Amino acid sequence: MNRTIFLPVAFAAVLATGAASAETLRWANDGDVLTLDPYAHTESFTASFLHHIYEPLMRRDADLKFEPALATSWELVEPTRARFTLREGVTFQNGNPFTADDVVASVERLIHPDARARGNLSSVASAEKVDDLTVDLVLKEPSPLLLNDLSGVYIMDKEWMEEHDALLPGNTSTGAVTYASDHANGTGPFMLDSRTPDAKTVLKANPDWWDEPQHNIDTIEFTPIGSDATRVAALLSGEVDVITPAPLQDTQRLEAADGVEVLQNPSLRTIMLGLNHGDDELDAAPGTGVNPTKDVRVREALWRAIDMDAIVAKVMRGKARVAALMIAPPITGYVAEDDVKPAFDPQKAKDLLAEAGFGDGFTMGLDCPNDRYVNDEEICLAIASMWKAIGVDVKLTAQTKGNHFPKVDKGETDAYMIGWATLPAMDGYSPLRAMLATRDGDMGGNNPNGYSNPRMDELAVASGSEIDEEKRLAMISEAMRIARDDIAFIPLHQQPLSWAASDNVELIQFPDNYFRAWHYKVN
Amino acid sequence: MIGFIVRRLAQALVVMAAIALISFLMFRYVGDPVAVMAREDASVTERQELREKLGLDRPVVVQFVDFIGRVVQGDLGISYRNQRPVADLIKERLPATLELVMMATLLSLAIGIPLGVITAVNRTGWLPTLVQSVSLVGISVPTFVTGIMLILVFAVTLRWLPSFGRGDTVQIGWWTTGLLTISGLKALILPSLTLALYQMTLIMRLVRAEMIEVLSSDYVRFARARGLPARMIHYKLALKNALMPVITITGMQIGGLIAFAVVTETVFQWPGLGLLFIQAVSFADVPVMAAYLLLVGLLFVVLNALVDIAYLVLDPRLRTRAS
Repeated sequence: MNRTIFLPVAFAAVLATGAASAETLRWANDGDVLTLDPYAHTESFTASFLHHIYEPLMRRDADLKFEPALATSWELVEPTRARFTLREGVTFQNGNPFTADDVVASVERLIHPDARARGNLSSVASAEKVDDLTVDLVLKEPSPLLLNDLSGVYIMDKEWMEEHDALLPGNTSTGAVTYASDHANGTGPFMLDSRTPDAKTVLKANPDWWDEPQHNIDTIEFTPIGSDATRVAALLSGEVDVITPAPLQDTQRLEAADGVEVLQNPSLRTIMLGLNHGDDELDAAPGTGVNPTKDVRVREALWRAIDMDAIVAKVMRGKARVAALMIAPPITGYVAEDDVKPAFDPQKAKDLLAEAGFGDGFTMGLDCPNDRYVNDEEICLAIASMWKAIGVDVKLTAQTKGNHFPKVDKGETDAYMIGWATLPAMDGYSPLRAMLATRDGDMGGNNPNGYSNPRMDELAVASGSEIDEEKRLAMISEAMRIARDDIAFIPLHQQPLSWAASDNVELIQFPDNYFRAWHYKVN
Repeated sequence: MIGFIVRRLAQALVVMAAIALISFLMFRYVGDPVAVMAREDASVTERQELREKLGLDRPVVVQFVDFIGRVVQGDLGISYRNQRPVADLIKERLPATLELVMMATLLSLAIGIPLGVITAVNRTGWLPTLVQSVSLVGISVPTFVTGIMLILVFAVTLRWLPSFGRGDTVQIGWWTTGLLTISGLKALILPSLTLALYQMTLIMRLVRAEMIEVLSSDYVRFARARGLPARMIHYKLALKNALMPVITITGMQIGGLIAFAVVTETVFQWPGLGLLFIQAVSFADVPVMAAYLLLVGLLFVVLNALVDIAYLVLDPRLRTRAS
């Protein structure tokens, strides 16, 4: 009998000592880091994780403003030539010094046709070394967003890449794999200690970091836990200190638990509905020969029929921010006075439909992902029933993101859900170029349903190369205003970020959902 | 015997080819890899480039022939998700899944067979009734519910066992094992129990049904009449004859367990093949999905062949017929 009693106590003791080791931050996220190669992915979570190991020329500070990192100053020598002075005395984690050669090699590796992330630096034509601590970037055309782009470009070590034959990025089709996929050597505050994909990745503090550490963390133990319930259980049982994200439906339970804190703030990601502006008839109603959503009154009716307060209260548990513009407040180009939406008014909506000649309603499709945004399918179910209330017969399709987005992209939808966070640039130019400009080559990549406004196209082209920041912001704000008045998209809300942590951890939750452990403390 | 094995192998090849074709056709419905891989604000040109780079712009037939050609040469391709060779990914994950499945099989046999015998021998009384009703729960509650409940009890409330992961592992060659460390063994308990539960009740019910039939046969009655001890009759004479279908089911179910492990591995973040597959599905990572399905297909085919051969060894009547 003694034995059976003894065992559990021994287990508990082992766990307790594990939990007591301070200055280790145990963090669980819903997905693993895709790869350690900073140029081989386009996922913001992986970028956020790798920022602990690798650093850009300039990074974002606690208020998300640019601050010098590996470059100490920069200037435009010509409209298409930017000069960067590099920080002296920085070393990579393997001891190699950081110089202009590393910046040149990194830029060349990123803009190589095989690099998955090359679109992140599309404005740069080449990099030229001026001297050991000075680098020029040659631009294809004047680029007001160069700094925004560069804040997501992590610098790798040229000697290290040469040594391990990793100067070129991996290539899925030729079968070329690179050493950098599972090894890392940066200049950042933490360095890679060990990694088992899908199980555990351990980072140790970099004792030779050039910056004064604001954190007190020795070790970061990162574990992906995909199942929501298990992730919550791991926090409640004290096996991890932080979980990202904390499922909205578990908020109350987590708040009620001892020693657990929930952090919830609106994110940068605006959730919206795209509409069919171009087709002659709606995809869900073939043979009718008419596309009601071409009429702005119908679009207004659809917007007015959506009770956002109810969706925020019921579906989002009070944790989302209702939006009227396509960009969130922290994004450059946002103007608070413009962020006013047509009031929820089902009667007015019916009147508008009648005025447009659709008093008897019409049939349209609504397409949603069910695994991409917070409560995406539930939001669409709510909207479908609200539209039915004004006489629109909604055909709802909710499916996995791998099927949803290709369908949207082919323009086979009438109304569809899409979210936009403008990452990594955090600038209103991103939706203007991708979603509002008429689709043509590099423009309008996410404008599949034929929205087209000549003034919008002018603004997209002009703001793309306008160096005067004040003029540029005025253009973006104008574009956002036009999009609202045209009802190019129906903005719904900024979805919340939701994290939970044990209360001995001091965290800052950034609206871009980046984890920046060099600002965190474990007590 | 040799002719039999050759025939089995030929059948196996046909089955594998069919699996490859069906899985390849299926991928067209799990989603478009380009949509998941491209940057959020990628332009039309950028996406088209990526599509061409991945060879997804070619007709499906060409893609299939290309795929088979490479598989035959032993090249499983590169994962779209993390750009590492699929063969490496599978090699890393295989030990975790096999250890989990092996433990679950052992558990289900070690618990299922004795319970089956006990409930067959004593058909009345509170214990057999209780076991029978509990086994109904085991067979009808979905795996993820059992898993979460075990986590809530043993990890969150009692804090005896970890709620996720494999614990510390030891590297032996390319094989990683969790069987040699305390934390590895502790981590194995909840997932293997979750995975074994269905199998356990299945075996228990099967053994019970077979035993009841065998116990009413003439030779058992004769053994009783000779006055042999009950223990010997039940466990030595009767059980041996009742085990034939159990071998079949256990063999076939190992394949099933690997497939079921998808759910268990997801719940416990067990870094095995199932988890790899689930991630591949959500990323439309075609090379990984294709390799996983081929591997599972291969396992089923091999297990089936092994079960057939085991029959030959165990049952003399089949041996004469086969020759």
